[in-house]
Amino acid sequence: MKKFLGASVLALALATASAQAQQVSVKIGVLTDMSSLYADLSGPGSLWAAKAAAEDFGAEKKGIKVEFVSGDHQNKPDIGSGIARQWFDTEKVDAIVDVPNSGVALAINQVTRDKNKVFIGSGPATADLTGAQCTPNTVHWTYDTWALANGTGKAVVKTGGNTWFFLTADYAFGHALERDTSAVVEANGGKVVGKVRAPLNTPDFSSFLLQAQASKAKIIGLANAGGDTVNTIKQASEFGIVAGGQNLAGLLLFITDVHALGLQTAQGLIFTEAWYWDLNDQSRAFAKRFSAANGGKYPTMVQAGVYAGTLHYLKAIEATKSGADGKAVVAKMKELPTEDPLFGKGTIRADGRHIHDMYLFEVKKPAESKGPWDYYKTRATIPAAEAFRPIADGKCPLVSG
Amino acid sequence: MDIFGIPSQALFGQLLLGLINGSFYALLSLGLAVIFGMLNIINFSHGAQYMMGAFVAYFLLNGIPIPGMAQPIKLGLNYWWALLIVPFVVAAFGIIIERLFLHRLYNLDHLYGLLLTFGIALITEGLFRNSFGSSGLPYRAPPQLTGGYNLGFMFLPTYRGWVVVFSLVVCIATWFVIEKTRLGANLRAATENPTLVRAFGINVPRMITLTYGFGVGLAGLAGVMAAPIYNVSPQMGANIIIVVFAVVVIGGMGSIMGAIVTGFALGVVEGLTKVFFPEASNTVIFVIMAIVLLVRPAGLFGRTA
Repeated sequence: MKKFLGASVLALALATASAQAQQVSVKIGVLTDMSSLYADLSGPGSLWAAKAAAEDFGAEKKGIKVEFVSGDHQNKPDIGSGIARQWFDTEKVDAIVDVPNSGVALAINQVTRDKNKVFIGSGPATADLTGAQCTPNTVHWTYDTWALANGTGKAVVKTGGNTWFFLTADYAFGHALERDTSAVVEANGGKVVGKVRAPLNTPDFSSFLLQAQASKAKIIGLANAGGDTVNTIKQASEFGIVAGGQNLAGLLLFITDVHALGLQTAQGLIFTEAWYWDLNDQSRAFAKRFSAANGGKYPTMVQAGVYAGTLHYLKAIEATKSGADGKAVVAKMKELPTEDPLFGKGTIRADGRHIHDMYLFEVKKPAESKGPWDYYKTRATIPAAEAFRPIADGKCPLVSG
Repeated sequence: MDIFGIPSQALFGQLLLGLINGSFYALLSLGLAVIFGMLNIINFSHGAQYMMGAFVAYFLLNGIPIPGMAQPIKLGLNYWWALLIVPFVVAAFGIIIERLFLHRLYNLDHLYGLLLTFGIALITEGLFRNSFGSSGLPYRAPPQLTGGYNLGFMFLPTYRGWVVVFSLVVCIATWFVIEKTRLGANLRAATENPTLVRAFGINVPRMITLTYGFGVGLAGLAGVMAAPIYNVSPQMGANIIIVVFAVVVIGGMGSIMGAIVTGFALGVVEGLTKVFFPEASNTVIFVIMAIVLLVRPAGLFGRTA
């Protein structure tokens, strides 16, 4: 009996030892805005989404130990890159996900490249991440300024909105969005008659709206985000801009913004997004889980992108068996076709751009909404092949050699 | 006709908009000036109290959430009720703060009051953000005040017109009470020489508590007025408070008239900057502050010590 016990203990010890030898461990840092204007559209919800992805992937059963850390970049590039450096250098973090705010994301992009780790951007908008500033360590998942400009801009010009006035947030993201949308408007035969650049986090937009009104442009393009967009739309309705015959084009709008505006004010807005919770059974199931864990809120496209990006990252880790070499992991991510419950089948291009369908949505009228967070109807699906900037136009050094 | 390359019509529009924003600055800096003038406390939680005002108005209309209860308690009290009730609710909060903490600090350096109220502001904002998220809640203007007038040079929303008139009335009434009535005289005397005033049988600590409550109530009132224009969000106070402090410094710390006049004037200056050089509209007030401090360190209306 003793012999048998001894033997089984030995066998068990050997088995665990070999299991440990096979075990791969990775640490993922969710770097996001935990407390300020983007906290609802990414923030704690993004952390939840990343953890849910690891759970759904069944990482533990596959011998992958996944740890998470999270950080608040406070929308400041210096704070963001400071956290990233600390994570990479002393806390052995292998990958950073999310990072809403283009300014911070561009800083993280460089740090990640220097340290040869992985950056999966879901929150940031600037198309420069896969353009002039692309790196072999970055994957840009959810959306970008080019896709937004193209989706909304083209649709609006084609339905007669051929003169534009831009109300732009005065920082990297606003400038990129204004630039990309102007190009689309002009390419489709429209004209940009003026623009005004408002400082970030401006409470009152009435002066700018009055200038937009005086320009007599048919469309007022809102190249801003979050609380700024919410206040602009609210005040535009107060000043009778839409009643006076001009239309607003919200170039970047999240479901949390529509929720903050209320349908009464937001109804009729047309805009482009990568994902909506009511698209299919799988997205609805995800939204239900998300809502139960996040105080009744529904997921935004950014949070969906964090989920999908993390899932695909873990698939690449399973294939490469190590997270140490960031470049190799991203190369594997590009090699493997993507497939997840939220974005369906897709690919990651050589420049790091994830390719999937985009959607043109319209905000429902209050009478059309059947329940909480039932806000969008789909106007058009923009096929993956058209939704994103052609790889040759991005001037990404990885592509042109 | 063009003035500085801008059509005069557009310019008038911008002036009016500046005046509207100025009325918020005036109302908020008035509360700050009252508190500083009478209590010598730099009330950094003023912005958070303004935000609370907007939230309480939202609760009165849409229901008060009680932790642990699934459904909020519905009251359905509209904007007009909010205008009446909110200042008292927020003032009550202020009075509790004053009784618990602030009254221990009157004999210490200004800095302690500033740090304490700043901490209170951070905690209040954090609590609201955790409970209600960061993107805000919708609140609509009352039906009596929707719509607007076409003034020829611009479309004036009725609600904004109401904001200017109402805050002017509140500002003038406050100034009148403090500068021209017996109550105001007692108050001013109590801050100059509390021992002497107490000798006349006046309860000075209670007077000071109520003054703080009044200043905080003004912030709450401004919050109700702001709710239909801006989104009711936990950050709304943090965004405006720095500007309001600049207004108070330019007007002269503690000067009631200074707070009112510079509040409106700086609103107009900011509005004009939005036309001529929009990128600088967030900083113009601080440039003016720097210049004023160089030329008149006590502020435009300040009494030099």
